[in-house]
Amino acid sequence: MQDAASHQGPDLRAYLTGFVLAVILTAIPFGLVYFKALPIGPTVAVIVVAAVIQVLVHLRFFLHIGLKTTPGENLLVLLFAVLLLVIMVGGSVWIMFDLHYRMML
Amino acid sequence: MSDTTAHSAAAPELTPEQRDEKAFGFWIYLMTDAIIFALLFATYVVLSVGTAGGPTGKDLFSLPHTFGETMLLLISSTTFGMASLAARAGKRQGVVLWLLVTAVLGVGFVAMELQEFAGMIAQGAGPDRSGFLSGFFTLVGTHGAHVSVGTLCILVMVGQLLTKGLTAPVLSRLMRLALFWHFLDIVWIGIFSIVYLPGVL
Repeated sequence: MQDAASHQGPDLRAYLTGFVLAVILTAIPFGLVYFKALPIGPTVAVIVVAAVIQVLVHLRFFLHIGLKTTPGENLLVLLFAVLLLVIMVGGSVWIMFDLHYRMML
Repeated sequence: MSDTTAHSAAAPELTPEQRDEKAFGFWIYLMTDAIIFALLFATYVVLSVGTAGGPTGKDLFSLPHTFGETMLLLISSTTFGMASLAARAGKRQGVVLWLLVTAVLGVGFVAMELQEFAGMIAQGAGPDRSGFLSGFFTLVGTHGAHVSVGTLCILVMVGQLLTKGLTAPVLSRLMRLALFWHFLDIVWIGIFSIVYLPGVL
């Protein structure tokens, strides 16, 4: 227990910072869509950017991922998962919509 | 602190190496789970254009409802954080209380989701209506199933805290459950950003 107590970990401020940032990053896209403040193109762009930032906020303040504090192999697995995710999701969407486009011609 | 010392004889202490190994194994599981969700997202995006003349996201989704669900999950993530902090401070009662608050929020989220699903099925927009709705129910339902299991695990955790106290194995499990719970909130960011918000546009 002494070990755990002296271990430098997240504090109350980390969780509250994460919470406030997450609320702001949720309110912005919901507000834009709800009040139709912008045309569709920019709105989608804001949704994507806010989502990516919010994922990073969650990883940092709730899951406590840090480039220095998190063990290297955990970061490696995380990066590998992101790579798989980009290949599989990006690839599926690319192929299927390309196919859709060609079938329509 | 008396909780922890009273039970330490029965429960063997974990070495830091063992704790890191368990955390690493669980982390690998979470990443594979992330890939499952990513593929369900891809499936949904591909199917989302196939509404088969049926209702679209615009007809079905309610932004205030989704915002409510989002807030429930986000607040529950923060209250789980409070439980983690109480655990590190060795306050068993604090951990139990914060976990119970988290479980109530989790139940609230699942209830809101079931209410939404029931409403959609009642108006003939069930998973069998179109490709879009099949993709929707598979993706959002899988997330809901995760939250339900997570809530059950939180209640089991409360049981372990009450019977075993803050022993090293219990703390280690609590830490992994926290990872799981925060991870589900991250998946939900994807769901409202890819399914609900573009669906209403």
